[in-house]
Amino acid sequence: MTIALQYDTAHLIGAMVLLFGFQLLYQRRIKAVLSTFALQAGALSLAAAWQAYIQNAPHLYVTAAIALVFKAFFVPFALNWLVKRLGIHRSVETALGVGPTMLIGVVLVALSIMLVLPVTQGASALTRENLALAMSVVLLGLLMMITRHNAVTQVVGFMALENGLILAAVGVKGMPLVVEMSVAFSVLVAMILFGIFFFRIRERFDSLELHYLETVRGDRL
Amino acid sequence: MTVFSILWQVLQTLICLLAAPLVTGFVRTIKARLVGRQGPSPLQPYRDLIRLLHKDLVLAENASWLFRIAPYVIFGFTWMAAALVPSFTTNLVLIPAADLITLVAFLGVARFMISLAGLDIGTSFGGLGASREMLIASLAEPAMLMSVFTLALLTGTTAPARIIDYVLAGGVGLQVSMGLTLVSLLLVAIAENGRIPIDNPATHLELTMVHEAMVLEYTGRHLALIEAAAMVRLMLYISLISCIFIPWGISQSGKGFEGILIGLVSYGAKVGTLAAFLAVFETVIAKMRVFRYADFLGGALLLSLLATLVLYVSEAV
Repeated sequence: MTIALQYDTAHLIGAMVLLFGFQLLYQRRIKAVLSTFALQAGALSLAAAWQAYIQNAPHLYVTAAIALVFKAFFVPFALNWLVKRLGIHRSVETALGVGPTMLIGVVLVALSIMLVLPVTQGASALTRENLALAMSVVLLGLLMMITRHNAVTQVVGFMALENGLILAAVGVKGMPLVVEMSVAFSVLVAMILFGIFFFRIRERFDSLELHYLETVRGDRL
Repeated sequence: MTVFSILWQVLQTLICLLAAPLVTGFVRTIKARLVGRQGPSPLQPYRDLIRLLHKDLVLAENASWLFRIAPYVIFGFTWMAAALVPSFTTNLVLIPAADLITLVAFLGVARFMISLAGLDIGTSFGGLGASREMLIASLAEPAMLMSVFTLALLTGTTAPARIIDYVLAGGVGLQVSMGLTLVSLLLVAIAENGRIPIDNPATHLELTMVHEAMVLEYTGRHLALIEAAAMVRLMLYISLISCIFIPWGISQSGKGFEGILIGLVSYGAKVGTLAAFLAVFETVIAKMRVFRYADFLGGALLLSLLATLVLYVSEAV
């Protein structure tokens, strides 16, 4: 297989992860957000598997499997269960309209491309564009955390951010498996903590709207 | 310019007119089958058009000359645009004039005329339809143009025939930008043809109709022309997407009758597949609220912007 085809396929899968990042910002139902997140994790797993194949690095297959099992199946199912269990309002409340949010998203992509390309001039082409895409995914995850009121969608934003980190990690040659494993498991632990936290917030305020927390923190009287 | 290029041009112009009702009928039949109905035969649109052509014309009292010429202008521009998109061969006499920006302009003229005709009678439905059509156009046209610009940056030309040559020569490969542009163009095509998430072609429900609202006052051969223009437009978008993104099989200049035959068969297969995809897509998705159009088409615009951005990444490295 030619280098160009390898490169283009990696590029294509990376762009797919990015595209699902945008789709996360576009969706207005929590259920749709969760299934989009599952698709993004699936694409991420595909990206990891492809990198494992072209870098000839078998340990990346483990990363792909972890992404597939935990993030594409377990996390969305658990969050779905939580949403049902907590009886949360099923639509996504946004702090900013969908259109402006997506516009900011495109600006963030441009920003990360402009940032990554000059910084990584010595690296190989594959690494550079992979880093640019991964950074965009991370920034989109952050954007999602900023522009959503509800705790569940904020957690999805956090997980999407972590997807971006994994995407960056699999593109770099020689990233040890231990690092990825620990990241994956810490995210899983975070997910469980979030779950418990949801119940606590709900018990206290009868809602998962985070602005109630501001009064507790003393930001707003 | 040879005799053959004229012959193929005539053939292509006739195909995109005569096969268009069949494509529309095919989509309707598949949709009916998918929801468990028997559905009309795929030939039904031909019968509808013939019936309309035989009917008498009824004009509203306050219809101006604009109302009467609009169907001819709409049909003419749409048909002309469709004749410019290479379908089974690029060896066409009009190919030097074919350009994606011209194509957008032709479709823009047709849309302008249909909106004017909708307003001309002065009924509230016409105005409502025209205003919605303009809303959609103001969002879809920039997205379409942005896609065209991305293609131009990628291939160095806006002429469909040259884009086909470039893609077939392997100059593009597996490009992310092409993928993003494809998605963006698909969204635009759905919006421009008034297919389901944007407009429902089968309804006369006042809350949702866009295209139907503008043509409510038309009868007889005027209505037949407008309906035919809508069918040709669907055919045009299908041809455009298949010739740019799946050009394999199309006959390039210098190939003989065999090439033309392969081109015709592969064109038929491509159109059939895309029409079937459209029918499935329309069955699984729900109609969107009018206020969400901006999100849907804004998404198309952002995708094409993203395609340009990603293009710069792959060019920089």
